[in-house]
Amino acid sequence: MGTGGATNLAVLERALVASGTELTTVAMRRVDAGGGTGVLGLLERLGIAVLPNTAGCRGAAEAVLTAQLAREALGTSWIKLEVVADERTLLPDVVELVDAAERLVDDGFTVLPYTSDDPVVARRLEDAGCAAVMPLGSPIGTGLGIRNPHNLEMIVAAAGVPVILDAGIGTASDAVLAMELGCDAVLLATAVTRATDPERMARAMRAAVEAGFDARHAGRIPQRFWAQASSPVRDFWTQDTSNPSQADS
Amino acid sequence: MRVLLNGSPQEVDAGTTAAELVVLAGAPPTGVAVALDGAVLPRSRWATVLVEGATVEVLTAVQGG
Repeated sequence: MGTGGATNLAVLERALVASGTELTTVAMRRVDAGGGTGVLGLLERLGIAVLPNTAGCRGAAEAVLTAQLAREALGTSWIKLEVVADERTLLPDVVELVDAAERLVDDGFTVLPYTSDDPVVARRLEDAGCAAVMPLGSPIGTGLGIRNPHNLEMIVAAAGVPVILDAGIGTASDAVLAMELGCDAVLLATAVTRATDPERMARAMRAAVEAGFDARHAGRIPQRFWAQASSPVRDFWTQDTSNPSQADS
Repeated sequence: MRVLLNGSPQEVDAGTTAAELVVLAGAPPTGVAVALDGAVLPRSRWATVLVEGATVEVLTAVQGG
């Protein structure tokens, strides 16, 4: 679960605990930006590992420097790589993304890239040496869920690294679907932090991920066109019309 | 002399180090990184003396993502 969007640290703490997350994202900003610097202390106290991101970066060079600064500041070589094309869509600029991913892998980073739901781009990121691919379900913060489930299935089918659905989740059923489609995890922030009751939504998301994971691995039934009875189809009791007392009942 | 700290011009004494600028920026004691002229300046080199016109970014982690 990400930390973005929570109104205060107390609300964030309750949501993080309820979600059961062991890894959470933070952003890198200028110290005078007044962005609530207490988040690191909170995560340390809760024993939750930090995953810095490159949110806000618009080109590969900017993202690479931000990742290097995050490594220096936080002592982790894990990076959630985000390179967005514009503020309106916040969609990944996949050309810059692949470039940045290659440079960061060469520099020893464990790269977790936020990408589009394009199976070809996912493959390019895996070829670049990324540790996972993190396709969007729909644009960041929209809560529109998974708009192209088939693309996600194709990414899962081809991937040799974990697939993490990142962005677009609105409610618990979206998280269930992501897991049923074969994702290894979901990453979400807004759906929880901007819910009316973040703690309760975090709990719902945790249950959803567990439910979707079990459903994926339990071997679901094939879908059929016509009904199929679940009760035995033999040894029916049948009404004997020759017996008046039974016929009247 | 004048340097650029987090995008704002800053008048500092000659001989000012990166570490002193980090304090001036109001940075917390941990979770901070410095970029000097567009490249990471590792903490081990914060004693570096700044020159006129240096561009310094002091970053930390905030809620996000």
